[in-house]
Amino acid sequence: MTRRIAVVGAGMAAARFAERFRLLGGDAEVTLYGAEPCAPYNRVLLADALTGRYATDDLTSDLALDLTLPSGDARLRTDCAVTGLDTVAHTLRLADGEQVPYDELVLATGAEPVLPPVDGLCGPGGRPRPGVHVLRTAADCRGLAGAAAHARRAVVIGGGVLGVSAARALAARGLPVTLVHRAGHLVERDLDGAAGEILRRGLAELGVEVRTGSVAREVRAGTPVGAGRTGFPPPSAFPSTAPSAVAAVRLADDHVLDADLVVAACGVAPRTALARTAGLPVRTGVVVDDRLSCAPDAYAIGDCAEHRGTVHGTAVAAWDQADVLAARLSGAAPDAVYRGSRPYTRLTAGPLAYAAFGETGPEDPGPGTPGVDVLRLADATRGSYKKLLLRGDRIVGGILLGDPAAAAALIRAYERDEPVVTDPLYLLTAQGAC
Amino acid sequence: MTTTGTDPARASDPARAGDPARSTATHCPYCALQCGMRLRPLPAGGPEPVEVLERPDFPVNLGALCGKGRSAAAVLRRGARLTEPLVRDAGARDKPLRPASWDEALDRVAAGLTAARRQYGPDAVGVFGGGGLTNEKAYLLGKFARVALRTANIDYNGRFCMSSAAAAHRRAFGIDRGLPFPLADVARTDCVILVGSNPAETMPPALRHFRELRENGGRLIVVDPRRTRTAELADLHLQPLPGTDLALALGLLHLLIADGRLDKDFIARRTTGFAQARAAAMAHWPEHVERLTGVPVARLAAAAAMFGDAAKGMVLTARGPEQQSKGTDTVSAWINLCLAAGKAGRPGSGYGCLTGQGNGQGGREHGQKADQLPGYRSITDPAARAHVAAVWGVDPAALPGPGRSAYELLDGLGRDGGARALLLMGSNPVVSAPRAAHVTERIRALDFLAVSDVVLSETAHLADVVLPATQWAEETGTTTNLEGRVILRRKAVDAPEGVRSDLAVLHGLAARLGVPGGFPEDPEEVFEELRRASAGGQADYAGISYDRIRDEDGVFWPCPGEDHPGTPRLFLDRFATPDGRARFAAVSHRPAAEEPDGDYPLFLTTGRVVSQYQSGAQTRRVDELNRAAPGPFVELHPALARRLGVGEGELLAVSSRRGRAVAPARVTDTIRPDTVFMPFHWGGAGRANSLTNPALDPVSRMPEFKVCAVRVERAASASAATETAATETER
Repeated sequence: MTRRIAVVGAGMAAARFAERFRLLGGDAEVTLYGAEPCAPYNRVLLADALTGRYATDDLTSDLALDLTLPSGDARLRTDCAVTGLDTVAHTLRLADGEQVPYDELVLATGAEPVLPPVDGLCGPGGRPRPGVHVLRTAADCRGLAGAAAHARRAVVIGGGVLGVSAARALAARGLPVTLVHRAGHLVERDLDGAAGEILRRGLAELGVEVRTGSVAREVRAGTPVGAGRTGFPPPSAFPSTAPSAVAAVRLADDHVLDADLVVAACGVAPRTALARTAGLPVRTGVVVDDRLSCAPDAYAIGDCAEHRGTVHGTAVAAWDQADVLAARLSGAAPDAVYRGSRPYTRLTAGPLAYAAFGETGPEDPGPGTPGVDVLRLADATRGSYKKLLLRGDRIVGGILLGDPAAAAALIRAYERDEPVVTDPLYLLTAQGAC
Repeated sequence: MTTTGTDPARASDPARAGDPARSTATHCPYCALQCGMRLRPLPAGGPEPVEVLERPDFPVNLGALCGKGRSAAAVLRRGARLTEPLVRDAGARDKPLRPASWDEALDRVAAGLTAARRQYGPDAVGVFGGGGLTNEKAYLLGKFARVALRTANIDYNGRFCMSSAAAAHRRAFGIDRGLPFPLADVARTDCVILVGSNPAETMPPALRHFRELRENGGRLIVVDPRRTRTAELADLHLQPLPGTDLALALGLLHLLIADGRLDKDFIARRTTGFAQARAAAMAHWPEHVERLTGVPVARLAAAAAMFGDAAKGMVLTARGPEQQSKGTDTVSAWINLCLAAGKAGRPGSGYGCLTGQGNGQGGREHGQKADQLPGYRSITDPAARAHVAAVWGVDPAALPGPGRSAYELLDGLGRDGGARALLLMGSNPVVSAPRAAHVTERIRALDFLAVSDVVLSETAHLADVVLPATQWAEETGTTTNLEGRVILRRKAVDAPEGVRSDLAVLHGLAARLGVPGGFPEDPEEVFEELRRASAGGQADYAGISYDRIRDEDGVFWPCPGEDHPGTPRLFLDRFATPDGRARFAAVSHRPAAEEPDGDYPLFLTTGRVVSQYQSGAQTRRVDELNRAAPGPFVELHPALARRLGVGEGELLAVSSRRGRAVAPARVTDTIRPDTVFMPFHWGGAGRANSLTNPALDPVSRMPEFKVCAVRVERAASASAATETAATETER
């Protein structure tokens, strides 16, 4: 009997696993169980889809995953949430009660948005109230785009990568946007204060007012809407004509921001409920070893997985993991192991662009740290800021903001922990290929 | 014989010899440009029997020649070339080759091939051809393998050249012709992306078309891990990591989609499969492609805009993207880019492959490829087999099926199920094959090796019998250049006594193998049969004759009838697919078969220099060329040189999992610091192909010459001396 591999989830990690498994000649029936109604798509591009650069339907990234394909290719079951898991009996339970047996299990359940503790943000059931949006799925994106088409003012809560991208995308649609961020400067996980300030000015030029050191306390309701409407409008709601249910956002300093559209962009958390209930090891994410295994015949990859204490939460790391697991399970490299990724942030939001990696944010050892060289090039007039941290001949961190072309040359050395062979200053001004 | 051969009696007359009217219009013996040149006989007694003159009327090169072409006559010198058959007595592999008569030599070859067939069966006799052979030779060699030897195992060195482009061409367009337009069209388009091609070194006379393009206001984008002399000419140079051209093409397609530069009307009317190609491109967003290729997002965007905004455009690939274990998919990705931008099937637009070898195009069309019959017919297609069998006067069932691809054939030599005897014509795999030390070992393991060549190549040194062949100036025959233009090389002088044409060799061998008919020595007679065999096939030569080629500066195939004008531009109305539409391919990026790691931390890529050609068998015998390019070298970035502590000219040892090569350092900042480059024209200690990886493309069976992982160290002088000694032994 053909070996059956069940993949719970149909996001980027799942699709990549299926593709590589097939390319490597893996011999098994691979089935992806996706809760969303569509084929896998490229989540990384959602903010750009919000600007209209992409149609959300165009983001589909693997059409080979189709119910109609002949055997040998992976099967995709959409709208098919997995509600239960028995790792001893090797069965899944689907939302409609169906029990599905498997031989090997791959958890690729991804992550879900974290909703900040702001009064009035959520409606009954803990979901965002009407007028409040998140940006995690294609459906979120469609819903947000529909709402933005009719909104007058938007507030984005959260100034990380997603918040900055969403704010810029809404501003590109012509909407006045205020971004509210708790920390002292933008994207503090990646950037130091100087870089955060340049980014803030760049956003201001695009029509985004940034309030750092600022905490949202309350989302105030306005006009009520019809019953049954939620913060996750179905695709048919596009373009939305329903009146907004949000009127303003009150900050901790009691300043009130007029807004009829609120985007909560306060990070994501691994989706682990299924694994936890099934008794699999879960800390922040589903805990896996270097084989990406969390239990006999069970694996986890992507945003739901925690490896050596780290939940990477980036597409690049998810694909690294999917590649290793596909190599193992297809038999192409049964002993392949995953030793971690050194992912970096590479934001492109219209004219705003930066690359950041390593010890650059709060862990920045600073210029006085023994053994660490810090190189900095700042050009405030042209909005360019470059910083490189070196320990000996190894890159330990960097920020390239405004003109990230040098990232192309630096990232490889950083990711592979290779020695820097050229003059580091030259590296900062390189335009690739160095 | 209807050639314009020179009467040697007249040629030796000094008064006549100086007369340009007495010169013969012909073509260069080297690359796929097949530049027009004239050969004027020189008085007897001088070192060379002819001199090379310009032929300004031939449209590909308009008189221009590179140093190789200008000095081509030097290979006609007695000292440079073979002038008599050589044999090695049976059971005396360690003894030197000795001169022999043609009868003895041909008897030995027939006996060697027959013995292997008797002992192991017909497929134990292998045939290995070359992309430098004329159409007539390639055709007759294929027929010889299938009819006289009845072996499936024939392939040729063209498998190492353009087979990936050929496979992608057929996948997308239903037909494989290197360029779908005359080369001169390059000057009249608006934007050219030249991928992994360095015509400044490989085909200098072609450069004029790219210069004209820029003079006319057109843009040139060059994709190459090295800032080559060609890249210096470009408006935009993208310098990706070796082996990442596929990701680069996908990234550019992604940007065409994202920034609204698709030609939706063209996609709807003239293509199929875009949705799948778009889905694959969606997984290759610019920031991800930057990480894979090392090319900054801003440069990707600039290239996409430059190409997408041009009214007409072309993508031309060469060995860089093709000689990879994913070469077919890589070329497909570049074709996708053309199709998505509506730059195909229109005048001044299209995808093309800059074919390398002199007859790289014709050589792949007429049956020396393991899976093909003349006319670019598939050997597994019953109708194709019936047609060709009828022309050959044999039972279709008697024709063998597909055989092993070039590297697989070489890898199997002397092993169970592999060839035990090999007839090799116009190729030098000891230098040119990947993992060359291993291939050399396999060749040594043969029961019998016969080599027909112009010179005593490194491979001929290992042969039991060496047959001295006539050269381009001494024989008549057609080639098909990179444009698909069938042209005629004409005999200008008689060959020295003791030298015979490859056609005569096949004629003599067939008779000795008991197949007396069907192997004429006269090239025009062979061509007439080739016309019939190709008739109705994709590469249809039925309407082409020597007279027409003479009168029309060559004829572009397909040319199905004598009243057909030939086809300079393909696909203007429809593509050669069943539904007439070009096909997008759903391809996605994957790493090279071997990526750098802790043990082998650098990329090696290989290529060419202007003054040498292929394995160097001919050009390394020309003093002028050797002065310009005396030997192999290792090109590396100053930063890498500093780290290794080596200076210009110091000997470097380059090691891979397959072997070691030693050559002097050439330090230059035109190469990426993570990559070293070696030219592959030399054997011995500096043989680049000792290092290369024979990982094969799953479709084209092309080895991965362009990417492998190496370690580079300073070669201690002692170990360098050992290397040189080892090389001499090998030779």
